[in-house]
Amino acid sequence: MSYIKKPSAKHPRLPKNRLGLTRRDYEGALSTLCAGCGHDSVSSAIIEACFNLSIPAHKLAKLSGIGCSSKTPTYFLNKSHGFNSVHGRMPSVATGANLANRDLFYLGVSGDGDTASIGLGQFCHIIRRRLNMLYVVDNNGTYGLTKGQFSATNDKESKSKKGEDNLFESIDLAALAIQLGAGFVARSFSGDKEQLVPLMTAALKYKGFSFIDVISPCVTFNNHIQSTKSYQYFREHNEALGFLDVIPDKEEIKIQYDEGTTTEVEIHDGSKMILRKLDNNHNPYDKSNALSVLNGHQSDGSVVTGLIYLDKNEMDLHDTINTNHKPLNILSEKELCPGSSGLDFVNKNFS
Amino acid sequence: MSMKPTDISDPEYFHKVVDCQWACPAHTPVPEYIRLIAAGKYTDAYMLNWESNVFPGVLGRTCDRPCEPACRRVRVEDEPVAICRLKRVAADYKDDVSKLIPKPPKKTNGKKIALLGAGPVSLAVARDLLPLGYECTAYERDPVPGGLMRTNIPSFRLPAEVLDEECNQIINMGLKVEYNHEVNSFKEFLKLDHDAVFIGTGAPKGKDLNIPGRQEASKNIHIGIDFLASVAFEHVSKIGKKVIVLGGGNTAMDCCRTAVRLGGKEVGVYVRSPKVDMKASDWEVEEAEMENIPIYENHVPKEFIIKDGKLCGMLFEKVTAEYSNGKRKLIPTGEPLVEVECDDVLMAIGQDNAFEWMEKDLGIEFGEWDMPVVDKKTMQSTLPKVFFGGDAAWGPENIITAVAHAHQAAISIDLFCNGKDLNERPEPHVFLESSKMGLHEWSYDNGYDEVERLSVPHADLKESLKNRKLEVELGYDDEMAFQEASRCLNCDVQTVFEENRCIECDACVDVCPEDCINFVQNDEEDKLRASLRVPALNLEEDIYVSDVLPTSRVMVKDEDLCLHCGLCAERCPTGAWDMQKFFYMGAQSKDGCSG
Ligand SMILES: Cc1cc2nc3c(=O)[nH]c(=O)nc-3n(C[C@H](O)[C@H](O)[C@H](O)COP(=O)(O)OP(=O)(O)OC[C@H]3O[C@@H](n4cnc5c(N)ncnc54)[C@H](O)[C@@H]3O)c2cc1C
Ligand SMILES: Cc1ncc(C[n+]2csc(CCOP(=O)(O)OP(=O)(O)O)c2C)c(N)n1
Ligand code: SF4
Ligand code: SF4
Ligand code: SF4
Ligand SMILES: [Mg+2]
Repeated sequence: MSYIKKPSAKHPRLPKNRLGLTRRDYEGALSTLCAGCGHDSVSSAIIEACFNLSIPAHKLAKLSGIGCSSKTPTYFLNKSHGFNSVHGRMPSVATGANLANRDLFYLGVSGDGDTASIGLGQFCHIIRRRLNMLYVVDNNGTYGLTKGQFSATNDKESKSKKGEDNLFESIDLAALAIQLGAGFVARSFSGDKEQLVPLMTAALKYKGFSFIDVISPCVTFNNHIQSTKSYQYFREHNEALGFLDVIPDKEEIKIQYDEGTTTEVEIHDGSKMILRKLDNNHNPYDKSNALSVLNGHQSDGSVVTGLIYLDKNEMDLHDTINTNHKPLNILSEKELCPGSSGLDFVNKNFS
Repeated sequence: MSMKPTDISDPEYFHKVVDCQWACPAHTPVPEYIRLIAAGKYTDAYMLNWESNVFPGVLGRTCDRPCEPACRRVRVEDEPVAICRLKRVAADYKDDVSKLIPKPPKKTNGKKIALLGAGPVSLAVARDLLPLGYECTAYERDPVPGGLMRTNIPSFRLPAEVLDEECNQIINMGLKVEYNHEVNSFKEFLKLDHDAVFIGTGAPKGKDLNIPGRQEASKNIHIGIDFLASVAFEHVSKIGKKVIVLGGGNTAMDCCRTAVRLGGKEVGVYVRSPKVDMKASDWEVEEAEMENIPIYENHVPKEFIIKDGKLCGMLFEKVTAEYSNGKRKLIPTGEPLVEVECDDVLMAIGQDNAFEWMEKDLGIEFGEWDMPVVDKKTMQSTLPKVFFGGDAAWGPENIITAVAHAHQAAISIDLFCNGKDLNERPEPHVFLESSKMGLHEWSYDNGYDEVERLSVPHADLKESLKNRKLEVELGYDDEMAFQEASRCLNCDVQTVFEENRCIECDACVDVCPEDCINFVQNDEEDKLRASLRVPALNLEEDIYVSDVLPTSRVMVKDEDLCLHCGLCAERCPTGAWDMQKFFYMGAQSKDGCSG
């Protein structure tokens, strides 16, 4: 953390997006997390992705629970809507908000404790419902805010900073998300923005439930030599499945791809996702293949990253329950009140 | 070819990051003295200046300030820190410094050094050599010391007391000055048998303009620098009502402002070129304009008009400028010549050197434009014991350049008198030390102050125009000085990177407000510069490249816009970044063989 205010001065040649904004315009307050916390890099990737997508601040809502990770929405998009809810309850708040106004981007930021322990039930149900949102977990394998207890994503072979063993199996949130019906599932690393920013950009565009499990080291409690969520462990065990490029609608594809190495998916808004695969045994459009790739790597200790699973059939909660196209929160009395003849008609059904 | 890791052990690497100090010919440690001013330590700030630039009170009012256009703040937000006027604050509010000025040793070293002229360059050479025990004597044509600082810089810009104080500091160190001693034959002078001779006679000849009417009107046509000297010596105290000033440099600005103070009612400056090409510093032009003196651009003087044997006006041809291949051509517009009435003309169109008094058979080689051949580094002429500096060396420059020459000449004279190789010169003083005081505490104020540059208050215009000795600028008071000082970015507090500590967490990249820091694949310089978050297009500023990191990338920092805010170092979990105070003081003769 730092005591001085982040200087307002910025590079005069910073790129501008379609709204004429620079990425500095998507920042929030200066972080109070520990210096070097992976979560701050995740915030930075979010800033970059929202800048790339030219999202107007008022078109996005940030939601979170409790934890160092859940504090981070303060550190980006300070002009957007936000709700810092209670521990593990971000999904309920997100669901309510999304039902009331389907027109916003919903970005949930949670931690491995917030999601895999106290919030596990809520997490499962929001996936099942395919709420249209991007759900990010800043996964550091520990409860950072409460000073370093093992979380449920901490690997069994990992030890605490003081050398205690972790006695319990870990939960793989990405696998859980695939099983329960998430449409876009990825894993990445806070220290690799080249991979993380395009994943976030695509995930924000995707309609349905997108989930990104971001390995985000806790420098204070879980970055030691016996941790499997440290900067060093990750770098030594990373197994990237591929790279993703997002080409916005109507833009030309400028990159030259080698024949046969890529697959292309068009998403609902007309933009394209181009996936450059590194692992030939991986088929991101097949649920059981995606799960077995995850399982296979988990057993050899490596951490797979990249886009793991994508359901090309984009569908969200509003589609399932067939709600009104116009957001509920802007329906006027005229549209909501059936009038006396309408009421008579309804009442007749009860007579 | 990939770039090699930056060698930060080379003092010039970090020196260059301190833009103002790098641009200052005498390499004054600017941010260091600005911090002292902010702390109210005016005497310390003064002495630090005195050590490197010898005339802080004079320069704080008159310096050409090459440091200001170079100031990082210009690139960050347009307006430089008022470096020059802060120097004046140190001079104005210092305590008595007489005890702090070094005293020459009781016994001299027996070596006799002659200084020709007692302008800034000669005085500064004496300042450097006296403490080493040299016996220095200046031979000066005028009855007073100071050179053009005395005779040409008007008192409304530089009060005599300020100049006297700083000349006397040196004279009181034991400099002998023979006033009213014009050297007319260098051959004769050399017979006095000094161990070394330093020529600091300036460029004393004002340029003339031979156009029709010049001879007939000569009574009312004055060479600018001679006119200013006559005013300074109080030989001249009035001028005609209508005055034409020819020229677009600083001398023209001093001439027109002086003319207004001597009773000129319609004073106008006529410049050949467009206004944007005028040589005068922007601030000098601004001051003239503040005194309501009009400047007419694109007017080429053609003729002096004489009526009844007396000057009554001038004819000008109107031109427009055309630029091609970086060259300017003034093309007549074809309009009829413009006639301007006048009583007097002041000609401020340049200065020349004059070495008529220097015989050409003494072993001193003369080159182009009859200028002596002088070594750029050692200031030595082709006659080994004769050295040049200031305006005498390569033509008119300014005071701070004269001081920079003086330091080099003094080093050379000392080496020469000790029989040493003039090319083996002393090293600058350099330290680099961490400024870390605590988790988020540094020994400097690292916050970024958004305040705008403060303008210096001026004396009442009416009063100023009545009295040519009344100083126009009043200087900052202590509160204004504090506020202006807080705009300094402390560019001497360097970002130092230690690659073996870095875990490549990106925290520094994310927090840096100016997007300076990058972790990328190494490449050749232009490709590397292009590959950064914001491409490093300002080639004047270096990029700082680390050795290879575990992910095979390198850290590349573009020095261009770094605010020296220390956020990178505060954010780094491993201390791979540190903010280290870099101190650089150019070598002087006291660091050489006698020191
Ligand atoms: C009108 C005007 C305004 C200026 N304003 C500024 C300003 O604001 N800021 C700035 O930095 N610079 C300014 N300058 C330039 C600056 O004054 C000079 O660059 C500087 O004074 C040069 O110093 P010097 O010691 O080399 O020479 P000078 O200052 O010219 O001193 C040379 C000395 O040598 C003496 N001398 C000459 N010939 C002989 C001889 N044969 N025998 C004995 N003595 C001799 C002269 O009398 C004189 O005292 C200005 C110049 C002019 C003309
Ligand atoms: C209902 C409730 N139970 C427990 C807590 C205490 N608590 C605060 S944060 C936290 C765990 C946070 O872990 P995680 O979500 O991984 O966040 P991190 O700090 O690691 O980013 C816990 C248990 C709480 N705030 N509220
Ligand atoms: S305790 Fe850990 S998770 Fe929390 S801010 Fe510090 S490094 Fe980040
Ligand atoms: S000091 Fe560090 S954080 Fe601040 S501008 Fe410079 S490189 Fe960036
Ligand atoms: S903050 Fe420190 S450890 Fe992290 S990338 Fe920057 S220099 Fe390296
Ligand atoms: Mg956690």
